[in-house]
Amino acid sequence: MVAHLLRLKITLLRNGLRRSPWQLVGLVIGTLYALGLVSLCVGGLFVLRQGEIGLAHTVVVLGGAAALLGWAIVPLAVSGADMTLDPARFTTFAVPLPQLLAGLTLGGLVGIPGVATSLVALGTVGTWSRNLPAAAGALVGAVLGVLSCVLVSKVMTTATAGLATSRRFKDVSAIVFMIPLVLMGPIAAGIMQGIAGSGDFLPRLAGTLSWTPAGAAWSLGGDVAAGSYGAAVLKLLIALATLAGLALAWKLLLQRALVTPPYGGTSKPRAGGLGLFRLFPGTPTGAIAARSLSYWLRDPRYAAALIVVPLMPVLLLFQAGQTGSYALLEFVGPLTAFLLAWSISSDVSYDSTAFALHLASGVRGIHDRLGRAVACLIVGLPAVLAFCVGPFFFTGDWTRLPGILGLSLGVLFTGLGLASVVSARYTVAVPLPGDSPFKKPPGNVGQTMAVQFGGMGALTLLVAPEVGLVAAQFITGSPLPGWINLFLGPALGLALFAGGVRLGGKWLDARGPELLAQLAINR
Amino acid sequence: MTVQQPDPRSPETPPAADLPAPPIPALSLRGLAKRFGPKIAVDGISLDVPAGSFYGIVGPNGAGKTTTLSMATGLLRPEFGTALVHGVDVWQQPLEAKKLMGILPDGVRLFDRLTGEQLLSYAGLLRGMDKDVVAARAKELLAALDLGTDAGTLVVDYSAGMTKKIALASALIHAPRLLVLDEPFESVDPVSAANIRDILDRYVASGGTVIVSSHVMDLVQRMCDHVAVVAAGRLLAAGSVDEVRAGESLEDRFVQLVGGRSQTGGLAWLRTF
Repeated sequence: MVAHLLRLKITLLRNGLRRSPWQLVGLVIGTLYALGLVSLCVGGLFVLRQGEIGLAHTVVVLGGAAALLGWAIVPLAVSGADMTLDPARFTTFAVPLPQLLAGLTLGGLVGIPGVATSLVALGTVGTWSRNLPAAAGALVGAVLGVLSCVLVSKVMTTATAGLATSRRFKDVSAIVFMIPLVLMGPIAAGIMQGIAGSGDFLPRLAGTLSWTPAGAAWSLGGDVAAGSYGAAVLKLLIALATLAGLALAWKLLLQRALVTPPYGGTSKPRAGGLGLFRLFPGTPTGAIAARSLSYWLRDPRYAAALIVVPLMPVLLLFQAGQTGSYALLEFVGPLTAFLLAWSISSDVSYDSTAFALHLASGVRGIHDRLGRAVACLIVGLPAVLAFCVGPFFFTGDWTRLPGILGLSLGVLFTGLGLASVVSARYTVAVPLPGDSPFKKPPGNVGQTMAVQFGGMGALTLLVAPEVGLVAAQFITGSPLPGWINLFLGPALGLALFAGGVRLGGKWLDARGPELLAQLAINR
Repeated sequence: MTVQQPDPRSPETPPAADLPAPPIPALSLRGLAKRFGPKIAVDGISLDVPAGSFYGIVGPNGAGKTTTLSMATGLLRPEFGTALVHGVDVWQQPLEAKKLMGILPDGVRLFDRLTGEQLLSYAGLLRGMDKDVVAARAKELLAALDLGTDAGTLVVDYSAGMTKKIALASALIHAPRLLVLDEPFESVDPVSAANIRDILDRYVASGGTVIVSSHVMDLVQRMCDHVAVVAAGRLLAAGSVDEVRAGESLEDRFVQLVGGRSQTGGLAWLRTF
């Protein structure tokens, strides 16, 4: 039975690849990336073999605890991350629970994260191959550690499975997890500073962790190498108890989950109300703008893009605080303009097959393009204007404002025009409607990267005049190029915007059915 | 068997004019064909759907019903063949043809982060209809389909049957002359299904044309006046229901036409427990 489940997982992976050669490209890229990381880590672990025992012990324990934390948290952020072996799907097969547990645990190791974690964990055996007992201790620790990683992720997904099926939880959690992710840099820097402040903080942290379930397994090799056999035995017991506890918790949760069908969450019946549709003119363009704007606010995939916007100045302010220079902060306006404008380049992909409604209604391409762009402008224009002016309250160098303002408006309008063309022709792999913004999207990774990089390259070329004028002002110090930019940016941007909407509309009219067919592949 | 009878109720029939031109069918397919990779999904289907008829398209799973209807309604470009809606070529004049049609496609998503009422209004406004007309019709449609109390609920939180109903309402809001409904009764409860049938019957009685695809033979036999049988991408039979079933029940006739009822002799172990 365990072998069956493993074979099922491998077959599912292989059949996933068979759907399109691009899936294979995506897997190869992912594998290469993981391989690079793994060889770096394993190499480092082997180098540590020569190092002092205390240092090696600290690194291995902290690394192992971090891995465990990762396995616990990532499945939560990426709700439904890997549900290929979702226990709920085995409900009707009456598989004996112990065998189901064993099979699902080993199945959790199949895949890039599982294999990578296992390889790095085995690398710790290299670190402790100073003598045979230490290596043996490290091997036992690695096996226990990796199994704990898989089990902890299973416990977390099973425990939150009930929550995760409720749409509201999914929507909110996806957005909440976005914030620490974006602020990763400042948070990490803060932690590093704290650590630098107290030199022996890390060894003490590792020492404490090694007596807890998080680090006990990873500590075995180091303790044996250091000759503290008593501690090693105790930690082995802690690690075994951890594993048993996790397995028991998972078993209980699973027993409950298998007989409790997922609960979809309730919503009180509510009477109508047209919401944003009331505020927009009753034309196809107006309706599309109202619909898009509703999605910007309601769909977590859009909201995740939107929540980055207020965090941008926070990030750059932090960076300015670190370096003492506000130079980058001045560019938060153009940067935001780029991010927001480019975000609608995957608008049709976000629609998925719901786009069929536009096609069936005979919406003219230009109305479709214009409506989506207007919705983005309503969100983007105030944000960009505020972010252009804001930084100069910090720097006080107001002579640069006209140039930056011109650049921002140029980037915003040019980007919207280009995105209108791109999304009329090419689909990209995005999370499906209702999925978490973090979920690995199905489909064509290769085309997605080609479209994204190609589009950004084209945008860079199109806004070259504005960039050039800003550079000229910064180099010469003369305010004149800035003032020219204030007029050139919007003028050129609006011209490209009009052209982009028109061309995108024409392409959409001509190739609507083909676009829908591309979208249907990934539904 | 592939003879179509012009329906006497058709509004297209000229009232005893001096030029008895043949009535223009509501939908006219000629040699439609589509291939997906090596698989031929639709292999040259020609079909006339008389105006004012209630037309059922039946076929086993994977027969090409959805592909045919997608090509007929402008959602999927055919490799060969033409589709005319009331004489307007769907692929030459798509905007004009789509004005005449209301479509309920099968297996596509909806803009489900809108509320039911918003989605319905969206469908109307996309057609270029007046805002007040849309608002009034949306209210009536929601009430007629028992969705009035859930008008303000997001469609993503609807049940499967409610989702089907709101999609049907979106296809009706611009009062099309031809309705193309792909599996309209799937997962709809019996009461709502009866309501929908009433709505469609009245629509046909006042001159509209309905095409439904289904594999529930009883439903088609009771509801439709014409039927076409499709299997493996080909048209096996078409005409009025009485012509096609030739004295038998539609289900028996369908199984005869489609075949595939042979290997039920085995499975002896299934009776051993």
